[in-house]
Amino acid sequence: MSKNLAATNIEQYLKEHENKELLRLITCGSVDDGKSTLIGRLLYDSKTILEDQLIAVKRESKKYGTSNEEIDFALLVDGLQSEREQGITIDVAYRFFSTDRRKYIIADTPGHEQYTRNMVTGASTANLAVILIDARKGVLTQTKRHTYIASLLGIKHIVVAINKMDIVGYSKDVYENIKKDYLQIYEKLTKSLKKSKDSIHTIDFIPISALKGDNVVQKSTNMQWYEGKALLEYLDTIEISKDINQKDFRFPVQYVNRPNLDFRGFAGTIASGSVKVKDEITVLPSGKKSRIKEIILPSIGSSSELVSIQEAFAPMAITLTLEDEIDISRGDIIAHSKDCLTTSDSIVAMIVWMDEKPLELGVEYEIKRATTSLNAIFEEIIFKKDINSWEEIKTDSLELNEIGKCRLSLTKEIACDPYNKIKGTGSFIVIDKITNHTVAAGLIIDATNSDKKKRVYTEAEIELNRYIRKHFPEWRCISIEEKT
Amino acid sequence: MIDKKRLSHLKQLEAESIYILREVAAQFENPVMMYSIGKDSSVMLHLAMKAFFPGKPPFPLLHVDTLWKFKEMIEFRDKRVKELGVELIVHTNPEGIKMNINPFVHGSKLHTDIMKTQALKQALNRGKFDAVIGGARRDEEKSRAKERIFSFRDKFHRWDPKNQRPELWNIYNTKINKGESVRVFPLSNWTELDIWQYIYLENIPIVPLYFAKERSIVEIEGAKIMVDDERMPIHLRKKAKIEKVRFRTLGCYPLTGAISSNAQTLPEIIQEMLLSRNSEREGRIIDKDQEGSMEKKKIEGYF
Ligand SMILES: Nc1nc2c(ncn2[C@@H]2O[C@H](COP(=O)(O)OP(=O)(O)O)[C@@H](O)[C@H]2O)c(=O)[nH]1
Ligand SMILES: [Mg+2]
Repeated sequence: MSKNLAATNIEQYLKEHENKELLRLITCGSVDDGKSTLIGRLLYDSKTILEDQLIAVKRESKKYGTSNEEIDFALLVDGLQSEREQGITIDVAYRFFSTDRRKYIIADTPGHEQYTRNMVTGASTANLAVILIDARKGVLTQTKRHTYIASLLGIKHIVVAINKMDIVGYSKDVYENIKKDYLQIYEKLTKSLKKSKDSIHTIDFIPISALKGDNVVQKSTNMQWYEGKALLEYLDTIEISKDINQKDFRFPVQYVNRPNLDFRGFAGTIASGSVKVKDEITVLPSGKKSRIKEIILPSIGSSSELVSIQEAFAPMAITLTLEDEIDISRGDIIAHSKDCLTTSDSIVAMIVWMDEKPLELGVEYEIKRATTSLNAIFEEIIFKKDINSWEEIKTDSLELNEIGKCRLSLTKEIACDPYNKIKGTGSFIVIDKITNHTVAAGLIIDATNSDKKKRVYTEAEIELNRYIRKHFPEWRCISIEEKT
Repeated sequence: MIDKKRLSHLKQLEAESIYILREVAAQFENPVMMYSIGKDSSVMLHLAMKAFFPGKPPFPLLHVDTLWKFKEMIEFRDKRVKELGVELIVHTNPEGIKMNINPFVHGSKLHTDIMKTQALKQALNRGKFDAVIGGARRDEEKSRAKERIFSFRDKFHRWDPKNQRPELWNIYNTKINKGESVRVFPLSNWTELDIWQYIYLENIPIVPLYFAKERSIVEIEGAKIMVDDERMPIHLRKKAKIEKVRFRTLGCYPLTGAISSNAQTLPEIIQEMLLSRNSEREGRIIDKDQEGSMEKKKIEGYF
């Protein structure tokens, strides 16, 4: 690292380090494939681990250590006391390190079957997935699962790290065979998802030993036959600036800022695309139109002067003012009038179920999509995806860690995008209205207006519905009255 | 080559934190922001000012005053609050005042429990806050690495590490029942280096104790404790020597060790941090008791 520069010219160092990129990655692998060891190695070699922490880890290594090495790198990473006693990681943990080029956030998730939920959680924010394969074991069912989830969550870059190369004598053949097997299953996956191959933008392979450090930070001298980059250099140089959609402007209104009668701003974070002053915009779902008056970049200027800019882009957190006084509230989406999104009260989405209590059809759940909260009912489970065989299975229930394609009807219309196009407006969480737990993650595939709206209820039906809702609230009957 | 339409890591962290703060303001009825006067709190306050500009943050700050903070911290706090025009709640445990709790007499454990842990619980119960914004970072300590950004607490302020809500994308589940609350950590993904770089870049005021200066220091059990007032027992004060020191973290003066240093500017502090081989927690006496002690405290309802 540039510790030297920090020592000799700190001002210069600070200048160079102001402008790093942020890369989020997830490590996937089955238990004991070496995830914690790899992360520990990255932290250690990038000098993120400090002396006093190291002493603590060395002390702990003696107590809990599963490795004969001097430092058990996994212990640098595995946090909770109870977990250390069990010797395994139990949840999603976030780790940080940086190089001269980038700041990294690693989501560390375990590979147990019952923890699909954790991997989906970690993958939701990742730009890149490192899929670990134990060189002795090769491509396993779990590898298919990890690849499927990475691709479902729209991760643009996959690196397959073939680990424990030290145990297989750093053999090129072992590496080549695993690579071939992997590409085969990947081919099958893109077919099964009916996706174009570029839905994941890059796939690369690196033979490593997390324990000994081969091809992790330094290029290995034990594998001269490998011509690619060591993992860290790979991570430092992979192009990620194109990962975010910079075309379609989407601005979910988060907070209406009215500090005084003269100012009415709409605060939020740009989900995708960019916007300029004077652009013509449409507010959804209302469809009202206006133009951008000002783009205010958060500033705390000591005077009352606003700091405004001409153009803003994702993922900036800004405040917009408009030329016309139109009614806008939290949950609305502002988009360019020329490429507006559709509104709908019925969506088809991939659902990852994350709760012990299975999905119930016909029951009202709360949905949070960007800044919009609304109620929804699962009308139908179109199929359940076997995440190991990638088969589509007919079912009428979805349980913990299962993934299915579902149709939901919503209590009001929302403007939405397919997840594949724009993550920020195409993703949602499902909340149980009684326990308040987050029970599922949803990725929108398609939005189509249901014909539910076309049905006209009679006076008697509406009366009956009202009566039931009033006197039997525990039935959780939903309203059939027209919402405004 | 830096693309024109790309945010640097610091700007991206800033945007994420602002998003989190706005989410709290939009979704909770009675939020509060913990203000400990340290560098992380300074950054958090700065972000809150940005998030709601040209308005003020729509929530008050809360400082739990143990009555043993460095004098300079309290001066800094009162000055900042006035300059920015934000609301500040200060709470001290009245029972602790009655008992005249003194860390030199009662020890760090009892002092921390009564003046900090109990006081915080009192302040939160009294204020009936449904969201409590804190400046903790995931890189600070191992059990934090697994904590959510919106971290659910039951009626007794307890954290259940085994039963956390999954947190996906930037969609935060803010649903709670009456009496329950969430702790919100907008700086979760910042590291100590990010914090310092951001303070430097944005010119954020911090307490002068972070900068090296000649100060009156007594060695107590290997820690460099500064003589901040007459309450330090005379037999200790007599041993005081003038040393050039600064503090990496701030807290109660009898419990916060200084480090020898010559760093008098922000770049020098950052330089020292980059070249040092010890983490910032080193000076904090309460953490040393036991590995995993923070985790225990959090399960018991400590922040
Ligand atoms: N020989 C060898 N052992 C490894 C390597 N990577 C990890 N291990 C060992 O494999 C075991 C499991 O590693 P760990 O990192 O805890 O795996 P995790 O469950 O995926 O986090 C430990 O005993 C490690 O020391 C490697 O590259 N070579
Ligand atoms: Mg592990």
